[in-house]
Amino acid sequence: MYGRKVKLRFLFITLILLSLILSVYLILKSLEENVVYFKSPSDIQFLNEVKNKKIRVGGMVKINSIKISSTEVNFIITDFKNEINVSYTGLIPNLFSEGKGVVAEGYLKDKSFFEATKILAKHDENYMPPEVKAALEEK
Amino acid sequence: MLYSSIGYYSLIFGLIISFPIILFSIKNFRNEEVLDYKIITYSFIQLFLVVISFLGLVFSFIYSDFSNETVFNNSHTTKPLFYKISGTWGNHEGSLLLWLVVLTLFIFLFLIKSKDLLKKYRVLTVLYQQIIIIGFFVFLIKSSNPFNYIFPIPEEGLGLNPILQDPALAIHPPVLYLGYVGSSIIFSSALSATTLNYISKTWATHIKNWVLVSWIFLTLGILLGSIWAYYELGWGGFWFWDPVENVSLMPWLALTTLLHCILVLEKRNNLSSWTIILSIATFTLSMCGTFLVRSGILNSVHTFANDPERGLFILIFLFILIFLSLLIFFIFHKSDRRNSSSFFLLSKETSILINNWFMMYFLSVVLIGTVYPIFLDVISSQKISVGPPFYHKLITPFLIPFLIFMAIGPQLKWIKSGLEKKLHLFILFIISLLISFFIVKNLDVNFLINTILIGSAFYLFFITIRDFFLKGFKNIQQNIAHFGFSLLILSILFNNIFSSELITNLKVGESFKSDRFEIIFNDLKKFEEKNYTSFKGNFSIRENEIEDELEPELRVYNQPNIITSEADIKTTFFTDKFITMNTVQNEEYFNIRYQVKPFMLWIWISVLLISLGGLISLFKKKYEK
Repeated sequence: MYGRKVKLRFLFITLILLSLILSVYLILKSLEENVVYFKSPSDIQFLNEVKNKKIRVGGMVKINSIKISSTEVNFIITDFKNEINVSYTGLIPNLFSEGKGVVAEGYLKDKSFFEATKILAKHDENYMPPEVKAALEEK
Repeated sequence: MLYSSIGYYSLIFGLIISFPIILFSIKNFRNEEVLDYKIITYSFIQLFLVVISFLGLVFSFIYSDFSNETVFNNSHTTKPLFYKISGTWGNHEGSLLLWLVVLTLFIFLFLIKSKDLLKKYRVLTVLYQQIIIIGFFVFLIKSSNPFNYIFPIPEEGLGLNPILQDPALAIHPPVLYLGYVGSSIIFSSALSATTLNYISKTWATHIKNWVLVSWIFLTLGILLGSIWAYYELGWGGFWFWDPVENVSLMPWLALTTLLHCILVLEKRNNLSSWTIILSIATFTLSMCGTFLVRSGILNSVHTFANDPERGLFILIFLFILIFLSLLIFFIFHKSDRRNSSSFFLLSKETSILINNWFMMYFLSVVLIGTVYPIFLDVISSQKISVGPPFYHKLITPFLIPFLIFMAIGPQLKWIKSGLEKKLHLFILFIISLLISFFIVKNLDVNFLINTILIGSAFYLFFITIRDFFLKGFKNIQQNIAHFGFSLLILSILFNNIFSSELITNLKVGESFKSDRFEIIFNDLKKFEEKNYTSFKGNFSIRENEIEDELEPELRVYNQPNIITSEADIKTTFFTDKFITMNTVQNEEYFNIRYQVKPFMLWIWISVLLISLGGLISLFKKKYEK
């Protein structure tokens, strides 16, 4: 038989391995559930189905499309090929304006309507989110 | 012009000084018994030159010398003097120069402070540190020279991003860097101690001070950044799980783990491999942070320029360092088998080790959440982001055992501890759970997890308070830090549960009423300031007969032409009232966000308490000697 020490060490290693496997599994599972995908208005047109999952939509705010009332803001995000209507209630960053890049986070209602829960702040007026830049360059 | 050239040439000479240092170090390592005084002298000269170079840049900023490209890109004549100076490190080039200043400063301090240690160890640490120093010199001179010359000389600079023009952010980078770069000394000395098989109690006692210094600065640096984000970015939160924040949290987690590990090494001469690995990890994570933030991969205020060459350089440098350190670790490190078996299940060591594992788990969660999107983008060009729910879900449940072990651990003895006289531990736990039960009962939140979580936090809270009274100044450093942590968790939880907010769009003169608040937009005034125009709104907020007046502000900066909003925050002992105002496309409507945030002040105070624990630990030791 093995000595007590060896047994203890064996137990210890098994415990570590088990907890390691468990934590990796937890992380990966949670990652799968909580990842937010970025889509351009054109990507959305090519979607097969509209899922009720949080996504980000990015592109340009269409000129003359911002309409504001006391409760919400409506505007259109375009990538100069396709567009999507967005309705939003919440904090509006200062750099949000027509003809500038924008990233909105929220839920897709159908292929032409997006309900945003957050508009992402940017820090610099010349700055364009890399996702938006890439989305616009693809076109 | 003049200051720029002085700065540039002292930088070059600073690099050249590295060679005599290396030369004398190698000679000294082989031969004599005592440390060659020349090494200290030359290290001082190097520090002096780097400081001169840094001052050269500071003066170029003060005198708005636009022939210097860095000054041109980041400064403006109308900027207040304070922000001209802080602009020195508010950009890529200047901040790297600051890294170098701290690197050379720390190795010099190390040489002075380590007089009674093994000579070979000191020399070898200098050598390893020189590798890092030379790397940064080359990087600075080759790809991010702060002293580039522009001709013809521009009349006016481009200005500093207005949201960086803020007192907290002026000192945030230097403080954070002291923490980051402090870990370089830990890295070099751990490697040198491994090479010489010098990992021992003496070494642990000595390096502990460096760990404490970096840890205190890193904690304060993160705190400053968090406070700044709270009032300047206008989102009203203190932590967003933004990748840029995460990269500072990762070295902090590694450093905190290391701090506890060092204690075990110091007291029990155990966990030596673990200590070395953590020392390497801490510095590597600091470098990773610099790489991710500076290379433009993560987008944030910290990303100054998208220059792939810079990112590539740091990446290669990073890989060389990791490779080198792992090589040294595997070749030289002899694990001490004689000690590893003297672990008992119920002891202080075990609880520290268990919490170390939890910390590593938190660290890997943050690491994966931060790196995975970048990784996915590179391999499949899928753009994703990982939001706060990911972190909350994975970290919150494990905080419960973490807090409990944190409370029980210090109550146990080293080596072996019994369960006698530990009844109070159990009673306090029941009391904490009961208190938490009565708090959570009436709230509209997930009952089970919140009760246990708040209960565990209260548990740590009460146990540390009990220790204050029973043990007094014995172990006060650990007690304060742990007390601070329990207070931090409690404040964060209550802040999360009790926060409320109201968002609406209003014109001047209009008002908005919800079931809880009434907001009246009284008027809007315009003021001209030195480098911006300010629009101050006046709001009255009514809640249960209590009326507050708040004045958020919009600033239209002249150079660069950017609008920022300044939140108005009314801080009281228990709650913060926070209001921001934004324009929408120059229309008459203003976007108003009003938030009530309880326990904000306590979040800051508890982090200060945590670092105070470190500070006491640092000075208590010296005083007792």
